[in-house]
Amino acid sequence: MAGELELRLRDRLAKLRGLHLPGSSVSDEVRRIEQQIEVMETGDERSEDEIWNSVELARHPERPYTLDYIERLISDWFELHGDRARMDDPAIVSGLGSFAGRTVAVIGHQKGRGDAVKRVKRNFGMANPEGYRKAMRVMAIADRHGFPVITLVDTPGAYPGVAAEQHGQGGALAASQATMARLLVPTVACVIGEGGSGGAVAFALADRVLMQQHAIYSVISPEGCATILWRDAGQARKAAAAFKPDAAHCLELGVIDGIIPEPEGGAHTDFDAAAIMLGQSVRSALEELGQVDAGELRRRRRARFRSIGVVSS
Amino acid sequence: MASRIDVSIEHKHAPPDPSGSKKHPNTCPKCSSHYREDELISNLRVCAQCGYHFPVGALERIQQLLDSDSFIEEAKELRSADPLSFFDLRSYKERIAEAELKTGLGDALLMGQAKIEDQDCQLTVMDFSFMGGSMGSVVGEKFARACERAIERNVPLVSVNASGGARMQEGIFSLMQVPKTVCAVENMHDARVPFINVLTHPTTAGLLASFATLGDVTIAEPGTLMCFTGPRVVQQTVREDLPDDFGRAEANYRFGHLDAIVQRQELRAVLGKLLRLFNHGR
Repeated sequence: MAGELELRLRDRLAKLRGLHLPGSSVSDEVRRIEQQIEVMETGDERSEDEIWNSVELARHPERPYTLDYIERLISDWFELHGDRARMDDPAIVSGLGSFAGRTVAVIGHQKGRGDAVKRVKRNFGMANPEGYRKAMRVMAIADRHGFPVITLVDTPGAYPGVAAEQHGQGGALAASQATMARLLVPTVACVIGEGGSGGAVAFALADRVLMQQHAIYSVISPEGCATILWRDAGQARKAAAAFKPDAAHCLELGVIDGIIPEPEGGAHTDFDAAAIMLGQSVRSALEELGQVDAGELRRRRRARFRSIGVVSS
Repeated sequence: MASRIDVSIEHKHAPPDPSGSKKHPNTCPKCSSHYREDELISNLRVCAQCGYHFPVGALERIQQLLDSDSFIEEAKELRSADPLSFFDLRSYKERIAEAELKTGLGDALLMGQAKIEDQDCQLTVMDFSFMGGSMGSVVGEKFARACERAIERNVPLVSVNASGGARMQEGIFSLMQVPKTVCAVENMHDARVPFINVLTHPTTAGLLASFATLGDVTIAEPGTLMCFTGPRVVQQTVREDLPDDFGRAEANYRFGHLDAIVQRQELRAVLGKLLRLFNHGR
């Protein structure tokens, strides 16, 4: 499979290089494809065990969560609460703070750590529509005042509850993406743990999508996939190997723009080091994006997502 | 079998009445009235006895809604690739071939130019019988192209949806069709091209989290299941009985997520009226 994909990418790269349109979105695209090919050349296929290792680390109960990174990277943090209509969703944290010398908006899923009560309080990082509407409110503030938006994605998925459906879960997820597609400020999304399906993608329509080394990003959980396709949740390892949710594969498939390294053994072994690595990646992404005119930024963002997918004719 | 498999972004939504009681497809699951095929077709596949709306395939839907011979299909050459070389109990390639033979369609979505009551529009129609109407790269690509064609032609887009969600065999690519179609819709909104969404049973998960909730006007047929997560999974999570109409169009209408519930017999006239209203404002 890699062979066929690689040939197609090289072909595309050759065409794009022939275009010579300085400053256009072509250069972004060329860089992304070069990265993709590089990963293919160096990285031999990851084994089932390696992929499963990432799945386990991504869900590690001691893994740093959104607030752990905010504490270490954002100064003058002020959290903004509530969707101004119904409630404040504790599964999502949003607010303003200072990063690399300027004001930014940070939005992320938040899991609870420790005993059951704490984890339930954050609803295991599974947000209700109200949480996504809170996030949209903060995005609107950022857009109005020119603050870049940083999103931290870490959720098993949007919450599957009765009230969540009654209050429009699907529509909220779509609206959150639509809001991100309209923003005229630079946006960086980082998958820092579980990037679970619609609940994750609601925060991931960004100019740069990054994944931590051991994060996962997928259309369904390995257990869910195994139950449906193999009728056996015990086949989760096999399912994960089949749909490849790990960062290396996501980069190879051209779905993300870069991988943020983690300390040896995973982010949970050293919160400070993990935060420094995350901060460096986000800073350099924002610096690059800061060079681009706002309208052009938005045009490229949409064009980039528009281009994802593999079809034949 | 295939339709039981690939139907959701997060969880499974089985089509109504999967294997359990093996009723004939022309027997009404609600009131057990039975119809000959030609009777059902001439009544737009609505039960004359109780009003139950049977599923409608994409080609028949086109017959029902459009001015005769007005449909010019576009991008029909697109086919699914198999980017992950996916193999579960059978290979993805085999499943696609089987669905193509069964339905006579290239994938779960048809798109092209159309006329409804003499009003030009761009149309997308989905077919649930093609792998549960699941959204893979082809569905995403065709929908995005439909948005672009609507902008080029400066005509409204009418989207008739029926889908269980993401096509799992395409892994992360299927998830990425969600932001992709959202971006296509945003470009269309910017160009002030009207977008009318028709939800038919079922329209769930990935569709609901993308273009199916982003129309200027959103209408549904009666009884349409339109939830992000299916009733069974929600029940397993909350461990209590769900309301009878959980996730159905009627509940969504009550909670304010739909502009109208439209009987199938009225659908063509309603779309004609909406197209006229949007066209006259331009």
